[in-house]
Amino acid sequence: MVQPTSPQLVSFMAQVIANGLYLGAQYALIALGLTLIFALMNVLNFAHGQMYVLGGFITYYVYGQLGFPFALALLASGATLAATGALIEKFLFRPVIRRSIREESTMLLAAAVAFFLDAMVLLLFGEKQRGVPKIVNGVFLSDTLIMPYDRMLIGAVAIIMIVVFMLFMQYSKPGRAMRALAQDRVAAQLMGVRVDRYSMIGFALGAMLAGVVGGLLVAITGVNSGIGGPISVKAFMMVMIGGAGVVGGAIAGGFILGMLESVGLSVLHAYGDITYLVIFAALMVFLSIRPNGLMGKPWG
Amino acid sequence: MSTRRTAMQLVALAAVSALSIVATGISSADAADKELKIGFVGVTSGPAAAWGTSNVRSMEVRAEWLNEAGGVRIGDTTYNIKIVTFDDQKDPKRAIAGMEKMAQEGIHYVVGPNVDDGAAAVRPVAEKAGIIYFPYAFPKELYVKPASNAVLGMIASYQSGPAIYKYLKENKGVKTIAFIAANESDPLSQRDSGVAAAKALGLQIVAEKDTYQNDTRDFTPVLTPIVKLKPDLLVLSGVAPGNAPLLIRAARELGFQGLISTETAHDAKVLEEGAGDLANGFISVGGASTPEIRSPIMEEFIERYTKKFGEYNDESNTKVYALEYILETLKANPKAVDSVEEFKKTVETFSAPNPFMKGDNKLKYVGSTSFGQKRQVAVPMVVNEYHNGEFKTLFIGEVD
Repeated sequence: MVQPTSPQLVSFMAQVIANGLYLGAQYALIALGLTLIFALMNVLNFAHGQMYVLGGFITYYVYGQLGFPFALALLASGATLAATGALIEKFLFRPVIRRSIREESTMLLAAAVAFFLDAMVLLLFGEKQRGVPKIVNGVFLSDTLIMPYDRMLIGAVAIIMIVVFMLFMQYSKPGRAMRALAQDRVAAQLMGVRVDRYSMIGFALGAMLAGVVGGLLVAITGVNSGIGGPISVKAFMMVMIGGAGVVGGAIAGGFILGMLESVGLSVLHAYGDITYLVIFAALMVFLSIRPNGLMGKPWG
Repeated sequence: MSTRRTAMQLVALAAVSALSIVATGISSADAADKELKIGFVGVTSGPAAAWGTSNVRSMEVRAEWLNEAGGVRIGDTTYNIKIVTFDDQKDPKRAIAGMEKMAQEGIHYVVGPNVDDGAAAVRPVAEKAGIIYFPYAFPKELYVKPASNAVLGMIASYQSGPAIYKYLKENKGVKTIAFIAANESDPLSQRDSGVAAAKALGLQIVAEKDTYQNDTRDFTPVLTPIVKLKPDLLVLSGVAPGNAPLLIRAARELGFQGLISTETAHDAKVLEEGAGDLANGFISVGGASTPEIRSPIMEEFIERYTKKFGEYNDESNTKVYALEYILETLKANPKAVDSVEEFKKTVETFSAPNPFMKGDNKLKYVGSTSFGQKRQVAVPMVVNEYHNGEFKTLFIGEVD
């Protein structure tokens, strides 16, 4: 068997790490919205992937079909999903949470919303895979690394958005209110935090994040009506790794999953598609040791 | 006053009754005598929705067109065609439920399922209930004896693959080949048959075990190790239409310079949007898809499809055939409307003009070489090359 030389090994590792970081940045952004909604309302939003898909299709039409700037398309995706999220919270989740103390009620409602959005997206946007023109052309080529410029840009934008989100949560008034809600809902209410208002803002923000990341990634991976479910599953995995309801955990979970995927697909490819088998097996062992994930609850 | 009102009511009632009798008479004179239900069981939701949706839409457009023209004359009866659909969500259990529903509705002819496990799952139901079905699935056991109720609705990968590799070996100097497939039964079985065909042709296989999850959205990590092997040809075995542009784009962006091909049908618009110029040169299998071989009826079909659904799907170039085969076979033997055994007898000798192709091409059943019996529709094996938003015919082959 031919052993790789040192430069080959360095090149291999650099590519694996770059792929992992890029995947991790987009995964972390996907998981943020999901964990935010869980932290604020204790709701497992099964419709998160469908919200991502809706955001992707809005960007596809605004940027890809109508020819408006990409940034405007992202704004449209974010605004539409924020409005959708606010309406879903106000008219669906809020009444259910008020009337039922059973957690299954909100889970069932979230699943129903997911099915509804799936069917609606298929009806409105059709069954085909959709894509938009590249936002940046060209590929970065060096002796150690190959990375298209658009992926580098999207990765950087994702990291900037994560930082902005964390700053918003840390220093803004709504951010502080939402953190208080996540830590102790009753105590926050007693301290004068308007629970209904900030729950709605939080849900809208979570949905907006899903929409924006869907729009952002349509430039790389395109979008089709059937990917909502798998996106949700992946987002849940990241949240489980990092710890449900913890923003830092979601980010860590995203980067860990991205890196595991990148390493697994590069190192284990000769053995067939066992990367996810290994990841799931590792996740089972990990959760049996740390059921609350890396950072667990409470959030803050 | 009341007598007058009653009289007026009676006159109005008589007028309405007379009008309705006349109207009924007119409509029954114009419309078909009976309804013929043709079923569809396949996937119309989820990531593989494009496969089944193109089936359903093709069937609906053609049925609507035939009904508009007065229906389909089979023997002494004229039928209106009704398409009954069932979304199996690519789940074999649901496919069985779908086929049972078809049986309950008294349907004898069903198009679908779209994938291997679904097609295998419905076999006992179809055979018990007397249903002939047209799967888009390749397992040979569905078509070789003792199986007799399934008719393959397209060209199988083990039929098109060898033809494509041979062409590329002889005309493009391909010597090394790499395979990548989704980790699902259809793509894996297509990959295995592709590997066998490539070995038989003496091609050097540099990668044959690389797979990916069907819901992968970014293929850069998956393709990085394969691209480094620099094969002359990268085969995307059984690739779904939604994944093809993503794989092509990732491979090209990683610097892959070789040829890329697949044995499944694809849509030019999807490739254009998803991969743009990077998809140029992508080789795939299509139906009567290119303008060079399309008949005016095929042109009108595309026009009607586009008008009804807003956008044509190139996969329908193949999917348009199944309903036509069913109806033309029934026309050839009207007893087959209620008896699939009669249908099976007719299959042996059936031949009718192919309305979708120019020239004197015929609709006929084939498959003797691959299955030992005629259990496959004869559709042209058009191998396409994608270029700037459209497919160009590379070569046209036939299956015996």
